[in-house]
Amino acid sequence: MTPEEICKRLQEKFGETVVEAALEGGHPHVRIAPRYWPEVAVFLRDDSRLAFNFLRSVSSLDLIAENQLACIYDMNHIPTDDPTELITQTHEFSVRIVVDRDDPVIPSVAHVWPTANWHEREAYDLMGIRFEDHPDLRRILCPEDWVGHALRKDYEFPLEYHGIPGTTEYEMTNPRH
Amino acid sequence: MADTVLESAPDVLIDYDRSEQGDLQTEEMLVNMGPQHPATHGVLRVVLRTDGEIVLEAIPHVGYLHRCAEKIGENLRPAQFIPYTDRMDYLSSMNNNQGYAVAVEKLCGIEVPPRGQAIRVICAELNRIASHLVTVGCYGLDMGAFTPFTWCFREREMILDLFEAVCGARLTYSYITIGGVRGDLPEGWIARCREFLDFLEPKITDYNDLLSYNHIFLKRTCNVGVISLEDAIAYGLTGPCLRGSGIRWDLRKVRPYDGYEKYDFDIPIAVPGGMEGRPKGVVVGDNWCRYFLRILEMSQSVRIIRQALDQLPDGEVLAKKVKNLKLPDDEAYAEVENPRGQLGFYVRGDGSAIPYRVKARGPSFNNLSILTHICRDILIADMPAIIASIDIVLGEVDR
Repeated sequence: MTPEEICKRLQEKFGETVVEAALEGGHPHVRIAPRYWPEVAVFLRDDSRLAFNFLRSVSSLDLIAENQLACIYDMNHIPTDDPTELITQTHEFSVRIVVDRDDPVIPSVAHVWPTANWHEREAYDLMGIRFEDHPDLRRILCPEDWVGHALRKDYEFPLEYHGIPGTTEYEMTNPRH
Repeated sequence: MADTVLESAPDVLIDYDRSEQGDLQTEEMLVNMGPQHPATHGVLRVVLRTDGEIVLEAIPHVGYLHRCAEKIGENLRPAQFIPYTDRMDYLSSMNNNQGYAVAVEKLCGIEVPPRGQAIRVICAELNRIASHLVTVGCYGLDMGAFTPFTWCFREREMILDLFEAVCGARLTYSYITIGGVRGDLPEGWIARCREFLDFLEPKITDYNDLLSYNHIFLKRTCNVGVISLEDAIAYGLTGPCLRGSGIRWDLRKVRPYDGYEKYDFDIPIAVPGGMEGRPKGVVVGDNWCRYFLRILEMSQSVRIIRQALDQLPDGEVLAKKVKNLKLPDDEAYAEVENPRGQLGFYVRGDGSAIPYRVKARGPSFNNLSILTHICRDILIADMPAIIASIDIVLGEVDR
């Protein structure tokens, strides 16, 4: 299925929920309103024509100029009708959820795709997006007492952590680029 | 017979009533496996909730090697970030370089010259063999077989020598770069590579004789750590872990990149009807299937390299317009087939030379996330067998 067909099918089913469709460019995607996301996710997975059973990646994005944070869900379809046949066809798509930077809350889809569990923990850890109804929302890569979220554009590197020296004042005031 | 025994030794019988009153009781215990443990293949910590010898629950804790490579990627030009990708999955650095290069090329619309593509394929497949050799050897080591480890590392050493001749490095190559590869193959390299392939092919049979069909090894791996196809897809497993559950899914066939469509090769999978030379007791999706697929994939990689060496075109190895590269105000997500699965990079440019955002989707990270799901009510002794069959590299889990 082409991105246009996928987008059309979503718009037919959910109408206004599809806030924006960007099908040109290197990464075709649609923007979904955050509160409808789990419902749309179940449809994306269970619809017989879309059948996005495989969530590839969840990327988080800091849109600091618009004072927003975004989460990008990349998914594709793995046909399982006859698994011993060589698979050469698939279709892929991407969904974007954009939230306000001051209160970044996205409903979790870990119950739809279990792989989202760790990916959402990573986005929570490094970007500070909170996922509602996530089964186990803890930091995953940084220690639990770490301060701040490293991938935000306004993140300040710590000068020390438990006595371990971090960034120096010089590096803070003279970034390399 | 039983009666005679009872009559002759009546006073050693256990008083079962007493045991119920609290003399014998079971207690759950939390055991830390790692972060310094030889069978976790790096600094992985798994907290096991155990009842005697049974693991009730296993919760992995990752992040000990976290360096926030993605943040580094947002501060460096793409060509400068290539050496950092080496340090993610340090057993298959060539494939990591290729992953990031393919993503940036997709974003910028760069065409790699045919010779550059062919050299990429040769190096990526050699690295796949080297990586699988480590996996196979270390699996034997974890199961108490030391010899296969030394044999596998002997062959791997030869691949490292070949890589050293190509780029001067033995582990962190940074050879594959944006737009192609950093330099042409040195003189006489092709003949050396062919010599190595001729040496390697018969050795694969040796590994089978030594380890794959070893009775003890089979007992430790067959029907242990079974992952169903539904779970494998739901948890985002890729690579041998996904194909070990019986689906013929490989990015080199689904979405060929760097000219993989030009080569003739098979994708081995675990099938219910029977896998080539499959011993009794093997179940689709168990440890042995995942292990054995790596052996079979080595033979396929040899096939690809032979074809690529035969058809190696002449010409440039690096695209022209990669100097002073400006990333367009767009984004791209591209994946390549690593030895461990699908390595994806999401790259977003903003018109400058430095990416606005780099995100790495590592195969080990996703493959490890199924650990809690499959490690329920298993023996403690099966834990190393399961972790080794998933084949994680912590440098890439933690990034």
